[in-house]
Amino acid sequence: MSSLVIKNLRVGVETDTGLTEILKGVDLTVNSGETHAIMGPNGSGKSTLAYSIAGHPKYTIIGGTVTLDGVDVLEMSVDERAKAGLFLAMQYPVEVPGVSVSNFLRTAATALRGEAPKIRTWVGEVKAAMTKLNMDPAFSERSVNEGFSGGEKKRHEILQLELLKPKIAILDETDSGLDVDALRIVSEGVNRVKAESNIGVLLITHYTRILRYIKPDFVHVFANGHIVEEGGAELADKLEENGYAEYIKS
Amino acid sequence: MTTLTTNLLNHAKTPTGREEAWRFTPLKRIAGFHDRAIEITDQVSLFLKSPNQHGYTLQLQPADSVPPSSATDDVIVERIRESVSQVTLLEINRDAEISEPITLNRKNSSNRELSRTVIRAGSNSKATVIIENTGESLIGEEIEIILDSGATLNFITLQEWENSTVHLARHHAVIGKDATFNSVTVSLGGSVVRILPTVEYTGPGASAELFGVYFATDGQHLEHRIHVEHGVPQAKSRVNYKGALAGKDARTVWIGDVFIRAVAEGTDTYELNRNLLLTDGARADSVPNLEIETGEIVGAGHASTTGRFDDEQLFYLMSRGIPSDEARRLVIRGFFAEIIAKISDEVIQERLMARIDTDLSKVGA
Repeated sequence: MSSLVIKNLRVGVETDTGLTEILKGVDLTVNSGETHAIMGPNGSGKSTLAYSIAGHPKYTIIGGTVTLDGVDVLEMSVDERAKAGLFLAMQYPVEVPGVSVSNFLRTAATALRGEAPKIRTWVGEVKAAMTKLNMDPAFSERSVNEGFSGGEKKRHEILQLELLKPKIAILDETDSGLDVDALRIVSEGVNRVKAESNIGVLLITHYTRILRYIKPDFVHVFANGHIVEEGGAELADKLEENGYAEYIKS
Repeated sequence: MTTLTTNLLNHAKTPTGREEAWRFTPLKRIAGFHDRAIEITDQVSLFLKSPNQHGYTLQLQPADSVPPSSATDDVIVERIRESVSQVTLLEINRDAEISEPITLNRKNSSNRELSRTVIRAGSNSKATVIIENTGESLIGEEIEIILDSGATLNFITLQEWENSTVHLARHHAVIGKDATFNSVTVSLGGSVVRILPTVEYTGPGASAELFGVYFATDGQHLEHRIHVEHGVPQAKSRVNYKGALAGKDARTVWIGDVFIRAVAEGTDTYELNRNLLLTDGARADSVPNLEIETGEIVGAGHASTTGRFDDEQLFYLMSRGIPSDEARRLVIRGFFAEIIAKISDEVIQERLMARIDTDLSKVGA
């Protein structure tokens, strides 16, 4: 049982005019086995929350705490956060030319597990995970994210989720740019990992579409840098009907 | 073939550093070389490393029996041509297909040397020649590579010098009809390395690939001045050099001159140079230069980029648990992989990557 606990988190970015506050006090707890959807309009700070938890250097922590099972996450380097059990599936996965998917996955697995996975079982493990995500085995010889279609990039993120088995996964707009078939395959992947490893999921999205496939236990509406309303899955239905207009006004 | 126009009685002028060809080179650090102030012994340090194979001959010949096949205005090449008494001559028989690379190794220790090598690839031959440069040296080197019609030659030079070496060279290829010249120049070691990879064509259907990798750390000056002379119709050239720099006063220079003469209709050329600045205090110069005298061509283009290490790549890899130093190594290996992969020898590939890793950790980049 793991808990990611975010308390009064305030985060800013450096701009020409100084530090601009984007997250203005976020409180949120994600436990193993729970799925939380964070929904909100563009520019509300949803992605900032995801990247701050993962430790992107662009963001400056102004105040508040983030702990995983009681341990201070904000003090950790980016790789230490991954080792502690956090995973961020990115909206725009980065291209790394010349580094093959297979080399990348094996290097990551080695770093997270503390020893190189046995080559034979590892190859089988990767193949099985790729098959489940409808990925061509030739994929593993390509450079990381280079020339991948939008759908391929997202499948590759979920492939990593399956192989790296975090405690808490943050999925940042994983549904963006996916057609219906890809959305279903990617969602099934997330559900599979949930069922197998009982991970906690923090699902960041603009649209309710993905929530038809990945059922949230909690929905949080995010606007202007903090959570403005919370509820169960039914809150998503309300958003589907009314949009975010009433939250943006303030 | 170009006729030899060098007038031995009329020396090329001693460079002052103001000349276009010398303005980037630290002349103080090659002092005595370009201005003939020091004596340089006539000796041969290049030996066959790979096992004997059929299909070629390797021998020393009196210099006057192997006259230069191209003109030069380079003061170092001129000095070499005047001084050497023996030429290393590698001849690949016509129609020979030599499966394993012919590897020549130069292992110097604090020697001064002027060296001339001629490689002749007979028509329709196929071979790979690798020249490995290791050790400490002060060396002026001219290699002429002549490809007869239909020949395919993979030509790989590896500058794995100790970091005290001064290496001033011209590698000139003369490519015949339908012949294919694939070259990879790797410069990792050396205090000052200045190489002129140059190409001329003598028949249509000729093709040249000039690929290269360089990595300069603290105080190294690595300079590559490419010149491709499209003087016949329907020839092709591809130039792709990738370089990285790290540490104080690491310096690289890349010049890419491509000339398409009026007669060279149907030319297809593209040149690319990418530089990766890993730390402050390093400087990369990149000067692509394309001159086109006919519009009747298939294509001509160039691109040059010099940028810093991409922190987004680092973040992505680290967010998967990969520690920062290992993530940097992965990205840098990946950057060079495209070119290094052209050397189809995994032992050499790994050796070069290991040297890059070692150099990286030395400067703490």
